[in-house]
Amino acid sequence: MEILMSIMIGIVFTVSIYLFLSRSLLRVTLATLLMSHGVHLLLLTMSGLQRGASPFLNFQADAYTDPLPQALVLTAIVISFGVTSLLLVMAYRTFKVHNTDDLDELRGSADE
Amino acid sequence: MTLLHWATISPFLLAIFIPFFYKYLKKIHTGWFVLILPLVLFVYFLSFIPVTSSGDVILRSVPWVPSLGINFALYIDGLSLLFALLITGIGTLVVLYSIYYLSKVKEKLNNFYVYLLMFMGAMLGVVLSDNIIVIYVFWEVTSIASSLLISYWFHREKSTYGAQKSMFITVFGGLSMLGGFSLLYVMTGTFSIREIIANVELVTGSELFLPAMILVLLGAFTKSAQFPFHIWLPDAMEAPTPVSAYLHSATMVKAGIYLVARLTAVFGGSAEWFWIITLAGLTTLMWGSVSAIRQKDLKSILAFSTISQLGLIMSLLGVGSAAYYFNDGDNALYTVAILAAVFHLINHATFKGSLFMTAGIIDHETGTRDIRKLGGLMTIMPVTATISLVGLASMAGLPPFNGFLSKELFFTSMLNATEFGIFSLESFGIILPVLAWIASVFTFAYCLIMFFKTFTGKFKPEELDVDHVHEAPFGMLVSPIILGLLVVVFGLFPNILAYSLIEPAMAAILPGILAPGEVFDVYIHHWHGFVPELFMTIAVVILGTLIFLTMKKWSKSAFYQGERDIFNQVYDGGYDGLVKGAQGITRIQMTGRLRDYFMYMCSFIILVLGYTMYRYDVFSVDTSNLSPIDPYMWVISIIFIGSVVSVPFINNRIGVIIVTGVAGFVVALMFVVFRAPDLALTQLLVETVTVVLFMLVFYHLPKLKKEPVNKRLSVLKLIISVGFGAIMTMVSISAFAMGSGAGFPSISEYFIENAKELAGGYNIVNVILVDFRGLDTMLEILVLGIAALAVVTMIKLRLKGSEDV
Repeated sequence: MEILMSIMIGIVFTVSIYLFLSRSLLRVTLATLLMSHGVHLLLLTMSGLQRGASPFLNFQADAYTDPLPQALVLTAIVISFGVTSLLLVMAYRTFKVHNTDDLDELRGSADE
Repeated sequence: MTLLHWATISPFLLAIFIPFFYKYLKKIHTGWFVLILPLVLFVYFLSFIPVTSSGDVILRSVPWVPSLGINFALYIDGLSLLFALLITGIGTLVVLYSIYYLSKVKEKLNNFYVYLLMFMGAMLGVVLSDNIIVIYVFWEVTSIASSLLISYWFHREKSTYGAQKSMFITVFGGLSMLGGFSLLYVMTGTFSIREIIANVELVTGSELFLPAMILVLLGAFTKSAQFPFHIWLPDAMEAPTPVSAYLHSATMVKAGIYLVARLTAVFGGSAEWFWIITLAGLTTLMWGSVSAIRQKDLKSILAFSTISQLGLIMSLLGVGSAAYYFNDGDNALYTVAILAAVFHLINHATFKGSLFMTAGIIDHETGTRDIRKLGGLMTIMPVTATISLVGLASMAGLPPFNGFLSKELFFTSMLNATEFGIFSLESFGIILPVLAWIASVFTFAYCLIMFFKTFTGKFKPEELDVDHVHEAPFGMLVSPIILGLLVVVFGLFPNILAYSLIEPAMAAILPGILAPGEVFDVYIHHWHGFVPELFMTIAVVILGTLIFLTMKKWSKSAFYQGERDIFNQVYDGGYDGLVKGAQGITRIQMTGRLRDYFMYMCSFIILVLGYTMYRYDVFSVDTSNLSPIDPYMWVISIIFIGSVVSVPFINNRIGVIIVTGVAGFVVALMFVVFRAPDLALTQLLVETVTVVLFMLVFYHLPKLKKEPVNKRLSVLKLIISVGFGAIMTMVSISAFAMGSGAGFPSISEYFIENAKELAGGYNIVNVILVDFRGLDTMLEILVLGIAALAVVTMIKLRLKGSEDV
């Protein structure tokens, strides 16, 4: 399963990098969203998947799934949510102010 | 802090008060306040002569950075005393001269004297310091002060150009020198010159010997305007004339000479040191004297003549370093070169200082320094003419002036060098006297040109800007008269200097050569008998006169017309090339397009990670520990891959958002499969909110356009993204393989065992989040708070002048 997941992570990264390289600001915002999915899955995969029961002591199982990566991913999800929403509003404001979302048109500034 | 320390830094201290004098005592020329200091210092340093002439040294040390072995250690021996006397003595005369030269009303005297005092203090520091780091510090201050003085009239373009050039070249040399000093420290473990000399076998035996030597010499050669670093000196002539006389003839340019003389005891005796210094010196001598002939500006002639005379002294130091090869102080064959170097050092300072001052007087009284416009000044300015005649005759090497004596000694030592029988001198040694002799011919010729073009011939008042040309005021003439008198006195009675200044200086340049209690035999003869040197001098006079007399013939040639040194083109071209090249590189690389920067970053990551994996063979696949793939996982994967891959292909806003949403919800589903219920919950929630957010701004966002197709760009994008994806896959697989193969137990065992005992919770993930690692959570809350505030600010804040309100 880990190898399958790794391949999927690779695909997510491929697509998000490809989106990062596009001209539309909306696509770049979506790329950050996708890349954070890739990173979260990578965090989980690296420690091994499905090593036992869900990390609830109520189950009284012999083995539990590693809880630490889950805690890390939970933190990461919240933070990337904050970042994504910020970026989204920024994209919206940029479009409002500059009337374009084309990054090639947005490049440079007057006092460069 | 001893008296000696206070004396060394006193110019800096006085410099602090110069602006007050200038501002509050406007009636008196600021220079008069300055004048006292170098005079007092000169007398103070004179009092050391009995000490050094008896062979003693004085060492006074004050800790500065003791932990690094850097002490403000001052050291007085014959060499440093000689330089200190030159600096303060000529400093006094130059300050006196500048009082009459610079107008109290028109000039910014406060700047001038602050820079000049700064320079004087730094120069004293260079020659008196024993610690090489302290020498370096003062060395750079001389560079800075020199640049400030060159650009004193900073509204003139040429001044700033000259200042910048001298700064670049001397700071380049200074930094190289710092490198050389650091290597010396690496070899010997000390920054003190005396200790380095005492442990000189650590240096000579080291493989860093040659690099250290070359780096130090770069510093010395750039400062002392040796070929090909001499180009800054003619451009430094834009400085006021007192500055040219002081810095660019008598003191600063001799800092390199001082350094070479000081370090002869460290590097001397090796063939590299001998040949590099001798050849650099002779080339400089030759180049300077030939270039001086074609100058039309008095100060330019003097600048090139300074270059050539510095080359002369340098080559003598090179030849004299052979004494360390023989390690024999009795034989005058080796030490006469050092004697000649020290003697000419003094002589050059006297006659070149007076010549600069007379050139300044001519400039001051006639308004020009161009020898084509000048002429017939002998009867108008008799005193100036006499001083010039004395100085030029001395420079040309005519008896009975001091230049004659040092030139004879110079020829003697170059002829002697052919008899050393070391360093392949038996085959190549003959070039030394030949080069020296040819250069002397040209020296003689430009001295003739300078005198006769200026003071004889027809007086051309119509070419001059001033109405009435007359002799300079007496105050301005005092300093050049004193220097001119010294030229004559040292010429007639050279032996008054012999055991008071020259012998101690020689002993300081060549320490350890003499047995204790011995002294060098210094007696300067006027008459050697009919020896080759005499015939060489006679031939110099004849040929030099011939060159001068045939001047009409060759003055039409392109050689005479071109004044600028060819190396200036190299410098200017190099400077322009550097600026243009840097601009070009910046323009190519800084496109302002985020996409390009992102490509650089990704390519770099791919290359570094890929190379590391390949080079250290870290990619590994371990299939023993894999978990089985549940059948429904295939379905989930296909949906996930399908939704992710379709994102770039959809050119429809709502479609893209929905597809991304699908991917997010599938991730939540995967969390369920991977037994992570909290993650699944959060992911579901966050994904929903994200999609809602996208929908909210949806109305305000532009329609997605199809990206314009650019084949090459698309291929590049594809390569980079696929490469990045592949690298991440490999990282993921091998991280898993290594993690499971390493055999370390997971730290999570602790959390699982103690979640209930220590924290009283059953949900391990939540216990970790709020108990074991609660700090993360707190800061993550902060992140959310900041993001929320930023969102509110961005939406609410409307700056003036923005397009939408």
